[in-house]
Amino acid sequence: MKWISLIPVVAVGALLLFAATDFPEWGDPKSPASQSPVSSHFINNTGVDTEVPNMVTAVLADYRGFDTMFETVVVFIAGIAVLAILKGSGRRRRGPRTTYKVEAEPDLIVTNTVRLVVPVIQLFAFYVLAHGHVSPGGGFQGGVVMGASFILIALAWDLDHALVRMSLPRCIAIAAAGIIIYAGIGFLSMFLGGEFLDYAELERVLPVSREMARYHAMLGVEIGVGFTVTSIMFALYANLSSEGRLKGGL
Amino acid sequence: MFEDGAIINELLIERLNYFIYVVLLLIGLHAMISKRNLIKKLIGMSIFQTSIILFYVSIAVKDEATIPIYKAEHDPHGAASKAAALELNSTDEAKPLYAPAELQPEETQQYANPLPHVLMLTAIVVGVATFGLALALCLRIQQGYGTVEEDELLVKIERSDARYSQSPLAKAINPRRRPARTSRKPRTASKATRVSQKSASSPKSTGATQTKKSAPKTKATQARKKPAPATRKPAVKKSSVRKPANKTTSPKKKGAE
Amino acid sequence: MGLELFNTFILLLLVVTALAALRVRDLITAAAVFGVYSFLMCLLWAEMGAVDVAFTEATVGAGISTVVLVATIFNLRRKSND
Repeated sequence: MKWISLIPVVAVGALLLFAATDFPEWGDPKSPASQSPVSSHFINNTGVDTEVPNMVTAVLADYRGFDTMFETVVVFIAGIAVLAILKGSGRRRRGPRTTYKVEAEPDLIVTNTVRLVVPVIQLFAFYVLAHGHVSPGGGFQGGVVMGASFILIALAWDLDHALVRMSLPRCIAIAAAGIIIYAGIGFLSMFLGGEFLDYAELERVLPVSREMARYHAMLGVEIGVGFTVTSIMFALYANLSSEGRLKGGL
Repeated sequence: MFEDGAIINELLIERLNYFIYVVLLLIGLHAMISKRNLIKKLIGMSIFQTSIILFYVSIAVKDEATIPIYKAEHDPHGAASKAAALELNSTDEAKPLYAPAELQPEETQQYANPLPHVLMLTAIVVGVATFGLALALCLRIQQGYGTVEEDELLVKIERSDARYSQSPLAKAINPRRRPARTSRKPRTASKATRVSQKSASSPKSTGATQTKKSAPKTKATQARKKPAPATRKPAVKKSSVRKPANKTTSPKKKGAE
Repeated sequence: MGLELFNTFILLLLVVTALAALRVRDLITAAAVFGVYSFLMCLLWAEMGAVDVAFTEATVGAGISTVVLVATIFNLRRKSND
């Protein structure tokens, strides 16, 4: 099977390499992707329209905010699907037990270090989220760092220790709250007279100019994304390491 | 086609990076097709996805360009913008306190193209969601079949299919259905046994459907009907499916009966 | 010139780690090498100027993806047949 499967792989490779001769040179500013009017518009007008220095965050959360909303929904659905697949399934176990159990006590050095470091990690996660307008960062990155801090608690002690702080019903509620925040800002803009996710209309409720309204609405939207991502990353880990039982595990 | 090795020269020296992206893609694709362990297939899928993302991000690179965050002189909240806006506002009071500086078209060359970065951010996050879901499915397969190796899985699925087709549930769903054969049994069973099996099972199955349709569907009648399929089972079991009956299904059949 | 050399070196290392992650028999080693692959991708993107993408890959690819893979392998058999 391995040698037969090389034939289509090599065929695909030959086709791709044949097309690779048409690609632009490395770093060419005149390449079609860089010359397109869309990216020039984004580079020129991000500062004028939104007053956000980070172009990637502005494009992600404002110009292509609809995309990002459904990406958040995809992450949410993945978390729910993992829950649906694995929940209540750990009791039926066919086949021999081939895995090994971890019977160690929580180590003193590890637990004390984690106890000191986790608040700093969570503060850093908030910083990455809030500073995403000015530096690389934003909702996804901050949310993942925050979720990783809960996974660190689960790794240093056991899973129950982390589940006490962030139980699975609370995870799902926070994830849903994140999407509701995102869609809520969009609907609020619609009710105020603009289009869906047209943040500039929020100047009617906030005492700022149109550009700063977009700035602040982008922060609100990133907070929604951060909620969803952090809770789903932890729920993913909790379900996968304990096979849906939420007892034992790594 | 290979005049003076021009194509090779062009591929391997000028466009070496695209060549390596294609190699990574092929590594991922070959792993997804040919590896037998499901976890290795998933690692291959992830390699495939990251190679595509690498390709996209690499076409956003511009020579001598910096990261897509405004520099100090273009920063909307920076000192340069404020100074420029104060100059403008000295004559016009209707403008706000400061306004962000407009970027000249020739200055866009200084910044890397932000659009592929945005698209690939979404791609990375969706990729990890897919990866997590695929791992959950692998775990469920391990719980159900006890293995994640593809060849062992195929054998077990075939056996469980054969076992399922003998069960009362499959017969109730489709009474005239021919039971599945395992791959070990030779296809050319003699026609006499096949014809005799058909004639043996069909009047009983039609009798079963008629009795099942006429009798009211209470638990008592179903309990009474249960021994009837049990008596029919040995006849079908012996003639059609030999191997699972010998090895794994006989204890299960005893449990069901 | 130095930058091209750096790019080429990291790309070759990527190919090596991708092949290694698929060849080792022990699945936990495969997960660790897969984490190395993700970090090398992150380094490449940071050098190319895609800092947001590099940040996301560092957290998501090398952080969450590797940890979740190890958590799953913990429940499976650790040695694969191929």
